[in-house]
Amino acid sequence: MRQIAIYGKGGIGKSTTTQNTVVALAEMGRKITIVGCDPKADSTRLIMHTKAQATVMDLARERGTVEDLELDEVLMQGFLGVKCAESGGPEPGVGCAGRGVITAINFLEENGAYTEDTDYVFYDVLGDVVCGGFAMPIRENKAKEIYIVASGEMMAMYAANNISRGILKYATTGTVRLGGLICNSRQTDKELELMEALAKKINTQLIHFIPRDNEVQRAELRKMTVIEYNRTHKQADEYRTLAKKIEDNKMMTIPTPISMEELEELLMEYGIMEM
Amino acid sequence: MSTKETIEFRKQVVEEVLEVYPEKAKKNRRQHIAVKDSECASCAVKSNAKTVPGIMTARGCAYAGAKGVVWGPVKDVVHISHGPVGCGYYSWGNRRNLADGEIGVDNFVPFLFTSDFQESDIIYGGDKKLEKIIDEVVGLFPNAKGVSVLSECPVGLIGDDIESVARRMSEKIELPVIPVRCEGFRGISQSLGHHIANDAIRDHLLGKGPAREIGPYDIGIIGDYNIGGDAWASKKILEEMGLKVVNIWTGDSTLEMLQNGHLVKLNLIHCFRSMNYIAKHMEETYGTPWIEFNFFGPTKIKESILKIAAQFDDYIMEKALKVIEKYAAPMQKVIDTYRPRLEGKSVMLYVGGLRPRHIVGAYEDLGMEVIGTGYEFAHNEDYEKTIPALKEGTLIYDDVTALELEEFVKKLKPDLVGSGIKEKYVFEKMGLPFRQMHSWDYSGPYHGYEGFPIFARDMDMAINSPTWKSIKAPWTK
Repeated sequence: MRQIAIYGKGGIGKSTTTQNTVVALAEMGRKITIVGCDPKADSTRLIMHTKAQATVMDLARERGTVEDLELDEVLMQGFLGVKCAESGGPEPGVGCAGRGVITAINFLEENGAYTEDTDYVFYDVLGDVVCGGFAMPIRENKAKEIYIVASGEMMAMYAANNISRGILKYATTGTVRLGGLICNSRQTDKELELMEALAKKINTQLIHFIPRDNEVQRAELRKMTVIEYNRTHKQADEYRTLAKKIEDNKMMTIPTPISMEELEELLMEYGIMEM
Repeated sequence: MSTKETIEFRKQVVEEVLEVYPEKAKKNRRQHIAVKDSECASCAVKSNAKTVPGIMTARGCAYAGAKGVVWGPVKDVVHISHGPVGCGYYSWGNRRNLADGEIGVDNFVPFLFTSDFQESDIIYGGDKKLEKIIDEVVGLFPNAKGVSVLSECPVGLIGDDIESVARRMSEKIELPVIPVRCEGFRGISQSLGHHIANDAIRDHLLGKGPAREIGPYDIGIIGDYNIGGDAWASKKILEEMGLKVVNIWTGDSTLEMLQNGHLVKLNLIHCFRSMNYIAKHMEETYGTPWIEFNFFGPTKIKESILKIAAQFDDYIMEKALKVIEKYAAPMQKVIDTYRPRLEGKSVMLYVGGLRPRHIVGAYEDLGMEVIGTGYEFAHNEDYEKTIPALKEGTLIYDDVTALELEEFVKKLKPDLVGSGIKEKYVFEKMGLPFRQMHSWDYSGPYHGYEGFPIFARDMDMAINSPTWKSIKAPWTK
């Protein structure tokens, strides 16, 4: 079983990329579980075809404690047999969402959510690693493999670099490794070159460049992944390619995050920032 | 041993005891320990500083200071320990603040109210639960005059907005709801909790009550928590002097007393450490003067009575002198009874923020000598007030560690140790007489003329108990 965590700046398309890629892996016959680690609970809607499934924390709140839950109440099967769970958590500005992620992941593990025939567990994690709770998926014995979704926009790259700093911390104390950057294209100038350069700088690879295509949005509006909505579309093949690359990926590295100055130099080199 | 030899010996003891520490810890701890000598050059001990990690400290936290000391004794207010159950449970009923009144009707001191945080309260925040609790509290206890919300650590960590809950609920229930941000991780001891609690009284209650006329002899007692009835014993003397004690903060106190604390001719401050902040504030803002006083033992009581009476007119002075005269004989009788049994006995103290200096005179009245003393959470000004009260050669220790206190006692060999529950059994098992000087060991009061005979009896009972003769096992004799 490979446990994979997907990180990236908020709004970069982590959940969309994760679900589309997971469905492509499922098409290849793999058994997969997705764990949404975001209080918004939108990590599984394209697979479950619902706005938001019942989350671990919401049910726990209703019942009183997480010990009162049964696994099958929160672990649902969606398209192509992909199993889905959402940690859930508070609305913005109250409580502690990080603690919600910790509680939910522990519950899933302790209750045997990851069966022996599971090939992959994907953790889809909220934006930046703001506190210890959101680093839960990359702590000891959980995800050992991380992909960062980014684009050629400066703040997305800044976030990617920051996340790799978090990975470095856990890489030195555990076995977690960076598997690569995934570019979810925003069609910025020299995006591919820039992402490749960033990947090299932080000691990883650009594992795949996903071009921008409105078919993704059309599928999303119908609460579907591209493969389900239009399986012969060329964008579906992009996700199939990414899935294959992840399946075959052998390049697991300890990242070497760069300073803000180095990042700015990189952007200047590719002509994005004026001197 | 001459005084000079004693000083040298005790300085030597300090060095020997500190020897076990690593260099950095040793350097730190040395600044907190001194022996009083003639020049007193080395008497200035460092205080109110972060405890050295790894040592065993007896200190509490900000929540302990705010809830356990200042707010807890206010009897007609429901105090909610807001957070997981432990902080509330383990601070429940162990400070012995006595209060008059019908329990559950207008006296909630013996109760514990906690929001008993669960996992989901952390994740989703506890504000809604707090609202519900406050609603339930006024439903169940319609005579409660207000609600205090004492914040435990997690509430601060997750950023709950208890201030806005308090504002909203205060309007709804038409009673003061006081948020107290006394999360335990704030500060380096319970001392900050006292300050935070004082500030909460200042911001939410003081000057906001039904104002009233100030009588010519109206006074308040500040910083007496009525341990074992102490405040009542002090009040008795003051009233016999012709003064009218209209407020006590916070032993046996009411919410209204906190609102009207400034409406007196004079505030008498007992525990300076925990309530100097608000006393100073009342002086600066309302012009209410304050003085310190000490009602431990007849010598100090007499001094304090005269000092207090001097703030008033001849009428009070005349009555004050009569009070002193009235109690002279009964106090002498106490001394005649116990002094022969206690003469020359030595004591080592380790208490909170006041008693390590305040109670010295009471021991001296019994012919006893304090040879070592120290505070858990005092500040510099407390030590400055302490040094003059001590004899040369007295060992002074700040935030003393479990190891240091044990070793100091072994080497100085006092006849009595006075400290808290954490220390009690350590020394009793060593075969040493011990008295709890936080809680009066389930006895008291020790204040005033009423308290001194009890104090004398308790010290005699501890030191001269026949138990100590039987403590050695027959086969080790």
